[in-house]
Amino acid sequence: MRVGSLHWFWFSSPHTFYPLAGTTARACAALAALFCIAGLYVGLIVAPTDATQGEAYRIIFIHVPAAWMSMFLYLVMAFWAAIGLAFNTRLSGMMASALAPTGALFTFIALWTGSLWGKPTWGAWWVWDARLTSELILLFLYFGFMALKASIDEPRRADRAGAVLAIVGAVNVPIIYYSVVWWNTLHQGASVSLTRAPSMAKTMLLGMLLMALGFWMYSIAVALTRVRCSIREMRRSEERP
Amino acid sequence: MSEFFAMGGYAFYVWGSYGVTFLLLFIEVVLLMRRGKKA
Repeated sequence: MRVGSLHWFWFSSPHTFYPLAGTTARACAALAALFCIAGLYVGLIVAPTDATQGEAYRIIFIHVPAAWMSMFLYLVMAFWAAIGLAFNTRLSGMMASALAPTGALFTFIALWTGSLWGKPTWGAWWVWDARLTSELILLFLYFGFMALKASIDEPRRADRAGAVLAIVGAVNVPIIYYSVVWWNTLHQGASVSLTRAPSMAKTMLLGMLLMALGFWMYSIAVALTRVRCSIREMRRSEERP
Repeated sequence: MSEFFAMGGYAFYVWGSYGVTFLLLFIEVVLLMRRGKKA
């Protein structure tokens, strides 16, 4: 496929992608460290104490960015799975596989920190409300995707089966996002919206955005490094069948 | 300084969140580096 002067499939070849992924991963790892240090500084030291929740609200600087990443990474994973299904490119399946563990990790962090936030503010570690339950389903979708791919030996068949699961499961992401609007939940509404003025202090918003950028860069670095491992493992298995 | 670590009585919840999060990220990086060495 050639659109304009760009060769779109150039980087879908593992051979050309490998060095590019290495450079990008290193840059993103450095940025992740910088953003996280800045985010921790703003979130833990600069941001003022919340009027109603005291210091417990500081969990927001981990909880909200982790929850964003858990949903966003799932959509990126489903996107690469769909590309792999449509064009039968081996690298797309590797990208999807590389994102799944990190997505599952951020889903777990969102649930874990939410639980630690729920106890002092709601009085319960866990409630079966729409937001919490749909986020738990997201964690099981990540686990299901990884287990399904691991259970099929032939890589292309594993990619196709995983892709179908990832694409169907993507329905859950808007359900998580809008759960606080559609159902009457214990969970509070969106903290940040594009359509209205921020409902929190500027430094709180800044801390959250810095942590989100840090997690974002972390995810790119880890996922690309994992793809590089997959490419090396693939080469090795081709050398010694 | 001790006031900072006390987190207004919410130390367990706040540090439990931050601690576990960064511990898990650290473990993921270590596991990935091990896999990278083998591959």
